Amino acid sequence: MKPGRILPIIAVLMLGVSVSAQAATIQLSMENLEIMPAEASAKVGDTIEWINKDVFAHTATARNGDFDVMLPPKKTGTLVVTTAGTFEYYCRFHPNMKATLTVAP
Amino acid sequence: MIIRLSAAIAAVSLLSGVALAQDAKPTDPQIAHIAYTAGLIDIAAAKQALSKASNKDVKTFAQDMVRDHEAVNKQALDLVKKLNVTPEDNDTSKTLSKNAADKLAELAKLNGAAFDKAYVANEVAYHKAVDSALEKTLIPSANNAELKSLLQTGLKIFQGHEQHAEHVAAELK
Repeated sequence: MKPGRILPIIAVLMLGVSVSAQAATIQLSMENLEIMPAEASAKVGDTIEWINKDVFAHTATARNGDFDVMLPPKKTGTLVVTTAGTFEYYCRFHPNMKATLTVAP
Repeated sequence: MIIRLSAAIAAVSLLSGVALAQDAKPTDPQIAHIAYTAGLIDIAAAKQALSKASNKDVKTFAQDMVRDHEAVNKQALDLVKKLNVTPEDNDTSKTLSKNAADKLAELAKLNGAAFDKAYVANEVAYHKAVDSALEKTLIPSANNAELKSLLQTGLKIFQGHEQHAEHVAAELK
């Protein structure tokens, strides 16, 4: 095997390792005053990304006060989850928008 | 109690105004006018609250109302332009505007905590009345699919505001 071939293999191996260790980004959308999916799961260290497709401002606000993410119209907001548990959250401006986020350790 | 009663009367008179339209099914240009008028009314009420309210949560709520209803009305204007529809004034719109003007005058006489309570109580009653009109009359009567869909979004916004107003009202007690 020529040395030139080994390098790409190593690169692929390293990539594999780094991908599995990397936290995921979970995308959720808010459209027509609905949070989708209404039930989502993540792991500690993951990033939750809410994409607000509405022309209205929304928030993703945990009932227990753990997080409060502002989502201006047509903008995206993110949150890195640091604690495991089940979080019920809602929009402060439109409390009829409700969803649940389950975070595994 | 006086405040609650007046809010209830406002809600009832609003509903009877809408009931007028229920007898003769409103047309799309009339529905567009009613929905737009309902938004303008809430913006005017919120602007009055922004200048008169003393409670921080009430002011924030009023800001939310201005922002959301301006956004809905902008969508409504864009839609009527796209559909080439001219909103048509009608008895329901007139009743809504008349009641709203009376309510503004009534609230103008109040100050401080009394104003805050009366404004929020009226917001709860007003949104309830509009929700009911949207659900029972306006949405079922709308012919154009895009208008219907905008009204459905409007209904969810109004329902959200109703819950938000109820929450603020509970905090004021």
